[in-house]
Amino acid sequence: MAEEALLQVNRLKKYYGISQGLFKKDIIVRAVDDISFTVHRGETFALVGESGCGKSTTGKTILRLTEPTEGEVIFNGTDVATLQYNDMRSLRQQMQMVFQDPYASLNPKKTIKQLLMEPLRVHKKFKEKERLQKVTEMLDIVGLSKEYLDRYPHEFSGGQRQRIGIARAVILQPDFIVADEPVSALDVSVQSQVINLMLDLQKEFGLTYLFISHDLSVIEHMTDRVAVMYLGKIVEVADTETLFKDPKHPYTQALISAVPISHPAENKERIILKGDVPSPANPPSGCAFHTRCPFAMDICRQKEPETLLFEDGHTATCHLYTTKSREELNYVTSDSK
Amino acid sequence: MSDAILKIKNLKIEFKSGKETVQPIRGVNFELKKGETLGVVGESGSGKSVTSLAIMGLLPERTSKIVDGEINFKGNDITNLKEKQYRKIRGNEISMIFQEPMTSLNPVFTIGQQLSEPLRQHRNMSKKEIEKAVINVLNQVGIPRAEQIINEYPHQLSGGMRQRVMISLALLCEPDLMIADEPTTALDVTIQAQILELMKNIKQENDMSLLLITHDLGVVAEMCDRVVVMYAGEIVEVAEINELFNEPLHPYTRGLIDSMPTQNTRKERLYSIRGQVPRPNEITKGCVFANRCPLAFSKCFEETPPVFARDDHLSKCWLQNTKEGEVV
Repeated sequence: MAEEALLQVNRLKKYYGISQGLFKKDIIVRAVDDISFTVHRGETFALVGESGCGKSTTGKTILRLTEPTEGEVIFNGTDVATLQYNDMRSLRQQMQMVFQDPYASLNPKKTIKQLLMEPLRVHKKFKEKERLQKVTEMLDIVGLSKEYLDRYPHEFSGGQRQRIGIARAVILQPDFIVADEPVSALDVSVQSQVINLMLDLQKEFGLTYLFISHDLSVIEHMTDRVAVMYLGKIVEVADTETLFKDPKHPYTQALISAVPISHPAENKERIILKGDVPSPANPPSGCAFHTRCPFAMDICRQKEPETLLFEDGHTATCHLYTTKSREELNYVTSDSK
Repeated sequence: MSDAILKIKNLKIEFKSGKETVQPIRGVNFELKKGETLGVVGESGSGKSVTSLAIMGLLPERTSKIVDGEINFKGNDITNLKEKQYRKIRGNEISMIFQEPMTSLNPVFTIGQQLSEPLRQHRNMSKKEIEKAVINVLNQVGIPRAEQIINEYPHQLSGGMRQRVMISLALLCEPDLMIADEPTTALDVTIQAQILELMKNIKQENDMSLLLITHDLGVVAEMCDRVVVMYAGEIVEVAEINELFNEPLHPYTRGLIDSMPTQNTRKERLYSIRGQVPRPNEITKGCVFANRCPLAFSKCFEETPPVFARDDHLSKCWLQNTKEGEVV
């Protein structure tokens, strides 16, 4: 695969202020705190993490559905973060989003035809006469019959609605799609249908996905590279296969070990993390993970770790690899498998 | 160990919606042995939650009716108990954990007030004894600073903590049977791992039976001794856990297992069952799964299959129609 960067995120930050009343200072929530990554053309890049880690905020900020506080988002050579409203709007032809909840993301008062025509109308694509034909073609591609054109969203099941949501994103033939938990709300048998649809569309249209999910088994199956997020920061980035074989960061190790087994005879060594994710409004000092980390040392409480580069673009942000000698380091990784 | 604590025989439940009646539960049979963890697996709309509500006597009175069958708990028929009698069992001998820890705790009462309610209801204890019991049970589920938590409100706790509170609420009266309806679906993976571990330990310590309702085969593989697979209001397969994963007999079960991403080669298309679960009013004659089944033949569309037994492994599929005997 050609390593051409389609999207570059540089030191992106998104802070929210929570008002504490007129004379008090706002509490700052660092939802996304200084993250950088690159998505190559044609690949599926995953953001994984638990709820509240900032993965959805990252997705929205890239599309500028919320304004970034600081940082650059370079898409195909243009910095998205500084674009004017109208330019951004037309750029969204090339960047689209699929939302998590197929029940909430389709306007209940519009028919499927209206829903799918709207993006074409807004971006003035095709002649008016051709649009309907495009819509029917698209429905056919996502596996829905054209008899559904005049129906309303409530007449469909969750899986069908998600197909409509995907059709609406793909109909503009974008290069890049942010898929925010596209299959989490679906049943197992429907989930695999939607994953297959996404894989097929990627092949057919050469799409690049930013795939946001908390489900590691789906991520392992369909993505090329993964970034693991914890409390607004990226703690590890690696090729999917490398990440699952050789996770470096203790959080990634725990996350992978927490995935339920797939066969009762399988015997899995568990790292059970203590406690909950701390509040992003009041993150712990030093390395944000030290409160739950089984290997936490003194330095973790005081100093933020730096990002270290391993082979093949595998990076991890953890003190374990800066302070410990090679032998100890091996011990730590093999112990956790 | 082998005697059954809960027996469900040919349970049929009807719901009224407007002028129509639908039957989401159409003949459900299973047994839960003492000390066992039984998994009930199925997709949304398969009737697993309705079954559990029926066991708890929590079906909406006006719109639903148990039209046939029996729910037998510890040798007593509890199908048509009066509300007053049910109250003695509910929360006391059978308790339930719900899916959404956010919505199943009352936001205007403190944790302590909510946790003392079952004890006030079922036990004759003084205020001091109740407080001691509550703190005790909170410690048991691994909640730190239990003495302070009892004065806090649900919104002050995280999702994982709330689910722990729910579990402690279900544990208070030391029930014989605990029903957990998707207890970890709303939680993150690392928290899910904590809660599953906790439920395993608690079940062992308190010598309870557990009915675990879930759609996640991974959770089932992790927790259960035996599994009941439900589809469209019927039980299609019952088997011991290893047997179910090694040799699923019903095509639906096989489809569910094959569509797990971990069972497929990376980046390849996943195996998937075509179509979707029929709504209760869409069910026609023949096998309920026939229209989605890759192996269906003409008989499947004509006649509803009976339950075929291979030792303890039951399945409701015409493919199992061999010389081995059948039970109904």
